[in-house]
Amino acid sequence: MEDAEIRKSRGVCSTALFLNWVGRTAEQDQEEEEKTLELSLGLPGGGRRRTACREKGKHPAVDGSVDLSLGYSTLVPNSQGKTNGSPEAVTRNALAAPNNNSSQTRSPGAPVVGWPPVRASRRNLASSSRAAALEQQNVKKAVKAEETKRAPFVKVNMDGIPIGRKIDLNAFNSYEKLSVAVDKLFRHLLAAQRDPRTEECPPEEVAISGLLDGTGEYTLVYEDYEGDRVLVGDVPWGMFVSSAKRLRVLKTSDLSSSLITSNRKRTAADC
Amino acid sequence: MSTTAPTPHPCPIPQPLPPPPIPSHSSSSSSPASGMSEAAEEPDSPPTHMSEDSSSSGDRWTPDLRGGNGGGPRSAPPDQVLENVLESVLEFLTAARDRNAASLVCRSWYRAEAQTRRELFIGNCYAVSPGRAVERFGGVRSVVLKGKPRFADFSLVPEGWGAYVQPWVAAMGRAYPRLERICLKRMTVTDDDLALVAQSFPLFKELSLVCCDGFSTLGLAIIAERCRHLKVLELIENSVEDEEDALVDWISKFPVSNTSMESLMFDCVGVPFNFEALEALVARSPSLRRLRVNHHVSLEQLRRLMARAPQLTHLGTGSFRSDAPEGGGMSVSELVPSFAASRSIVCLSGFREVNPEYLPAIYPVCGNLTSLNFSFASLNADDLIPVIRQCHKLQTFWVLDTVGDEGLRAVAETCSDLRELRVFPLDATEDSDGSVSDVGLQAISEGCRKLEYILYFCQRMTNTAVIAMSKNCPDLVVFRLCIMGRRRPDRITGEPMDEGFGSIVMNCKKLTRLSVSGLLTDKAFTYIGKYGKLIKTLSLAFSGDSDLSLQYLFEGCTRLQKLEVRDSPFSDKGLLSGLDSFYNMRFLWMNSCSLTTRGCREVAQRMPNLVVEVIREQDEMETENVDKVYLYRSLAGARSDKPKFVKVL
Repeated sequence: MEDAEIRKSRGVCSTALFLNWVGRTAEQDQEEEEKTLELSLGLPGGGRRRTACREKGKHPAVDGSVDLSLGYSTLVPNSQGKTNGSPEAVTRNALAAPNNNSSQTRSPGAPVVGWPPVRASRRNLASSSRAAALEQQNVKKAVKAEETKRAPFVKVNMDGIPIGRKIDLNAFNSYEKLSVAVDKLFRHLLAAQRDPRTEECPPEEVAISGLLDGTGEYTLVYEDYEGDRVLVGDVPWGMFVSSAKRLRVLKTSDLSSSLITSNRKRTAADC
Repeated sequence: MSTTAPTPHPCPIPQPLPPPPIPSHSSSSSSPASGMSEAAEEPDSPPTHMSEDSSSSGDRWTPDLRGGNGGGPRSAPPDQVLENVLESVLEFLTAARDRNAASLVCRSWYRAEAQTRRELFIGNCYAVSPGRAVERFGGVRSVVLKGKPRFADFSLVPEGWGAYVQPWVAAMGRAYPRLERICLKRMTVTDDDLALVAQSFPLFKELSLVCCDGFSTLGLAIIAERCRHLKVLELIENSVEDEEDALVDWISKFPVSNTSMESLMFDCVGVPFNFEALEALVARSPSLRRLRVNHHVSLEQLRRLMARAPQLTHLGTGSFRSDAPEGGGMSVSELVPSFAASRSIVCLSGFREVNPEYLPAIYPVCGNLTSLNFSFASLNADDLIPVIRQCHKLQTFWVLDTVGDEGLRAVAETCSDLRELRVFPLDATEDSDGSVSDVGLQAISEGCRKLEYILYFCQRMTNTAVIAMSKNCPDLVVFRLCIMGRRRPDRITGEPMDEGFGSIVMNCKKLTRLSVSGLLTDKAFTYIGKYGKLIKTLSLAFSGDSDLSLQYLFEGCTRLQKLEVRDSPFSDKGLLSGLDSFYNMRFLWMNSCSLTTRGCREVAQRMPNLVVEVIREQDEMETENVDKVYLYRSLAGARSDKPKFVKVL
């Protein structure tokens, strides 16, 4: 049992590496998804690490989601090869993380003059009227999010995988690159999902191919702002970027019903 | 932005023969650069001005009978061939370090060098008297003067401490009628001083004021009106007197004909100004290449300015916000052509009240940008990333921590040529959340291998990340890490930050400036003393365990010139361990340590060429404990303009 857990967590470890490579992970909605997740770190005794401190933005390492903490602590990929992929190191981090707040020496006593050392022109940037203007902007932005022409980060969900990801469509300039990225994103997750009991060695990672042409086991579709599901690849890239609200990687076999919708769209585009 | 000039040797201790040189060395001549500087302490670029020299034609000559006390202000007569040759040759030496060396060869070289030095750099305005400086150097065309200690920027030096430029302008006004350029940093400059400048120097061309105070729009008007040959007026981070009812329309005072203006920077002048006058000024300034406006300029106005000056290379964009109410203003696509037409822009700044929706307008210039300053723009990662992804040539980047580790990661992925990064805190308080951490630092170190300068404000840091940076970025010259919470340890291991900083001094062999923070024991200072052999400037705050730290520093850092210490457990013993170093240093500042009057007095007594100032608050009682001490070598002795709260021991 312990072997399986280690294998699972190792798979998750390397996924985290790729998360950092490809793009931002969907921290916020993952919180919800992972509350139901049963991944654990393979501690002797199999305890699940949940930390008390789950405030957003405070300590990414303390975040309760397993792979995010992996991503943010010592597993940040670095070419020096110091990555600790072992569950033990991960455990250590997770152990250290909850203690973070208490072990840090909170500044004793009253605030001192001139500390932190920033010049007068930079003090009170946070409380200035300009910050208030920023607040206004953020509200406006949230309202305008659906109308924006800029491509935002879009969520990508894959069938059978509870954890979604987010990618920045701006980072790619073609469907090919997008397909490659999605493949890399989910390849490991997919492998990790395989039932370890039916295999004797660590699950092989199979490339997810044929996402765009319907030849693969999976197909890439997207949802636009009108709520329709459309096959990815039909419209010019720029138009796709500005209209895609979220992406889905569906099993090709499941596509029959939605294909009708997309067929209609494609026909319309062909005219 | 050019990289820092090579580090020179400090000038040796004053020799008896020839006469003691003016301690105007401390690195090569620096101009508070007109780049994007908050004017780093380090020189940004070597002095550039070798203006047409006609002084060697020897207008009037009086025999130099004064022996060793500096060459007279007249150069050699035509029949002194050797001196003429020497002067002609020495004119090619521009770096102060080389000139200082040449001046020590013999009397004749001393005189020749004194006549041909065109740029005078005085790193501490109290190190020498103005009279003595102008007496030695007769042909100066450009002066750089620095005044208050840097901690004055953080309200640690009471008002009225000093650094008045007036005696300097008065002395130079008499001695240097051909003066063309004045650069002042952290000095008090009044409107009267500016009037004296305008009056004294008919050929005046360049005025650069950085972190100064004391002047208002009236002084600016005088400069604009009377300096007919003005090319450069750069006002950077000054504290401009601002009386709404006494505002002067200074922009209208520039010459009505075409001007020779090349650079106009006034983003720190916080008061409103006459925009139409500025637009007209830009239109009649064909040489204008650098323009930085204040936040009273809207996007609509910016567009008008850019239409008048498509040849700009450096642009400070003002507020970067539309002046129209919600939704009524210009659209992004209406702004794009302005940037598309400005093919020469390499440096962008401003964005003081940025509306991120308009950022895409700058895309046309992003690919050419070498310098981008978002440090007053509250942008998050989503705002930044589409922009930064296009800035492949970026070498200098200033930003607020609101972009987070994620934003920094995007920088690391795109800007492989980055040389300078400064990450400022939106909320500069000790308990703020702080949006960047060791994660961002590590990412930067991996992507930006050519990094030479980093200033990083954060709340969470690890030794691992700092060590990674030390290994990934071996070209680092300046490493300033500010962990804002006092004495914070490594956020993961809970250990002091000794190993991280130790690794920096060990691996970054070119390091000349270091600022430390976080929990640090004496061990960190054993490393710094042992490996920091090139360090010239060192800033400590809330660091160290005992006087041993100071001892290690003074013993090990043989090139140390400027040391700033605050709130650290150092006593008189630590102070006294530096006696052998003080003459090689420009200054030492210590506040809120454990010093006493007795200890400071002992330093003063044993070091006659050192001025030891004990600074109290305005109405503080005199006690044995010393809260602030500022000591510096000087040929001028105790200054005559010190206020009541300063005591010179």
